[in-house]
Amino acid sequence: MAGDRIIDLQHVSKRFGDKTVLEDINLYIRKGEFITLLGPSGCGKTTTLRLIAGFLAPDEGEILLDGKDISAIPPYKRPFNTVFQRYALFPHLDVYDNIAFGLKLQKVPTDEIDRRVRRVLKMVSMTDYEERDVDSLSGGQQQRVAIARALVNQPKILLLDEPLAALDLKMRKDMQIELKEMHRELGITFIYVTHDQEEALTLSDTIVVMNEGKIQQIGTPTDIYNEPVNSFVADFIGESNILNATMVRDRLVSFIGHDFPCVDEGFGEGVPVDVVVRPEDIYFTTNPARCQFRAKVNSCTFKGVHYEMYVDTDNGFELMIQDYDPYEVGSEVMLYIEPDDIQVMHKERTCNTFEGKMVDATHVELLGGTFECLPQEGLSAGDAVTAEVDFDKVDLLDHQEEGVLAGEVHFLLYKGDHYHLTILTEDGDHLWVDTDDIWDKGDLVGVDIAPKDLKITRRNEA
Amino acid sequence: MKRSHWSIPYAVFLAIFVALPLVLIMVYALQDGQGHFTLANITRFFSDSDALGTFAVSLEIAIENTLICILLGYPAAWILANRELNRSAVTIVLFILPMWINALMRTLATAELFNILGVQLGKGTLLFGMVYDYLPFMIYPIYNVLVKMDKSYQEAAQDLGATPWKVFWKITVPLSMPGVTSGVLMVFMPTVSTFAISEFLTNNKIKLFGTIIQENINASMWNYGAALAFFMLIIIGVTTMFNGNNKEAEGALI
Repeated sequence: MAGDRIIDLQHVSKRFGDKTVLEDINLYIRKGEFITLLGPSGCGKTTTLRLIAGFLAPDEGEILLDGKDISAIPPYKRPFNTVFQRYALFPHLDVYDNIAFGLKLQKVPTDEIDRRVRRVLKMVSMTDYEERDVDSLSGGQQQRVAIARALVNQPKILLLDEPLAALDLKMRKDMQIELKEMHRELGITFIYVTHDQEEALTLSDTIVVMNEGKIQQIGTPTDIYNEPVNSFVADFIGESNILNATMVRDRLVSFIGHDFPCVDEGFGEGVPVDVVVRPEDIYFTTNPARCQFRAKVNSCTFKGVHYEMYVDTDNGFELMIQDYDPYEVGSEVMLYIEPDDIQVMHKERTCNTFEGKMVDATHVELLGGTFECLPQEGLSAGDAVTAEVDFDKVDLLDHQEEGVLAGEVHFLLYKGDHYHLTILTEDGDHLWVDTDDIWDKGDLVGVDIAPKDLKITRRNEA
Repeated sequence: MKRSHWSIPYAVFLAIFVALPLVLIMVYALQDGQGHFTLANITRFFSDSDALGTFAVSLEIAIENTLICILLGYPAAWILANRELNRSAVTIVLFILPMWINALMRTLATAELFNILGVQLGKGTLLFGMVYDYLPFMIYPIYNVLVKMDKSYQEAAQDLGATPWKVFWKITVPLSMPGVTSGVLMVFMPTVSTFAISEFLTNNKIKLFGTIIQENINASMWNYGAALAFFMLIIIGVTTMFNGNNKEAEGALI
């Protein structure tokens, strides 16, 4: 259905210096849809929006509008308008002149400008504010003027760059409803950028989850929430229990020391996988026949609508559970999970794999550092090798200078009984570490690997 | 000790070095040589065609100098503030560098250069010297405003359909006006009172208001000199009032 695609990004890449911010982005946007680019800061979502708006040009790939490449068209000729993150209302113009700015440039007759400005002001409930100085408006009012200024030009696409980020929670909720309403009334395409997963789930027809310059998943809010494709998406969208698991056979998966019936097939037998169980999908029962595992309630916090509880399972895993009824801290409870509430995902990797080079018989160079290894037979200095290290065999040290490599905790994931960390080394490489110790995002760490834990094999130069 | 006591040293400083001299100018301007009260110095100015003529010439030169400084300084500041055209902070220092050398020395050197080149000293050389001396004071405040200007305004204007030319005239120029007013203040006011530049670069062929004040003081005619200085202060005061309500301009000066 190429016909209803309004925007098509094909193999788009963007680099700033030697840092790749977008890598091979393929994405199409349908006419009239509300699409959200969602991800943590630095994931490339704003860059994608700026590419579409025309403030940046892609290094590779094409951006098509109605099937035609628009890479060479400057932003002032593109039929899109943007609502900027900090609104960017012109401080030397009043509300009326801010909104009329685009129309005056197009030399629209004065009476028509007047009519259209008043109409959009009414739409954003800002009638009677024409003469006001923009600096005298509250954040929410500036927001409305910014939206009006974009919409008055009747763009084909409205681009919104975290428009609600500067508003307080209550106002944000109100504006979400109004934006959704505006989208429905106008019927034009909205491309929305946010790091707020709840906002994305509330507003969007389609969500594009991005991380580190790559698209992780594209889908409807329900798809993304119920069937995340990897642990990043599962962790980023909503609350979740992400656990290491093994596929016993089709429709049976083992985790937290128990076997659970599930609905997934085709993973193979005995294959390591990740599972996601949403906290609201773990149920309490008093019927021993239904009970799949037992646990002890560790903490219970009232969250308004529901209670959030942490339980320690009989095999020593910690799970988060949300339920409308509280259970007393310290009490033994029986729990079960429905088969279709277990989301099974392929593991992206099961151990660290690096390419390296032998320095001498007992040293190998990888990730920009030289590690000691066990004496390697049949390998001589300069040989290209592949080194493998299990996640739990990487040692993290408190001080960067104590390790062979220096790095930073980039991303962390709690897996019920341990943390799975992504470490970003100084050279920009990633390695993954399982640890019981508690680290925070952004912690600076030293990395070391014991010689016996490095598995080295010759790499074929083919 | 109360916090307000901390201001005492500054108050004393202001009293001795700012308030007292101003009072002294007033006192001298309203006295004759024997120390009797008189308005003669003031009235003499309005009947002194020589002084009035110089006053007019001074204003004209100051206005011309300020305009030339804007015309040269704005584009220079714009280029310096544009990261695509100017990637290095060193270039800005190069523009500021002349300000660190004594203005008198620069003026003397300029006069000597004109001498070597055989250029006739006159209004042209005077304006050249003034622009050369005061241009950095125009560039720097404009540069400061431009470099701090949120780029999203320009992007928003482009997004609304403005060509780069329109963005410049409708957004960049109006938003950089505080820098321009600061620059005008810093160039116009000192040019009204300058005398060294005209002395060296025109051999006193063109007299500026500052020159007559200096001549009167040098000739021990303190009372008339003080009266002339008083008129100059009024001019400077009036110029500052044009900028009185502009808070952003204060930031631009730094």
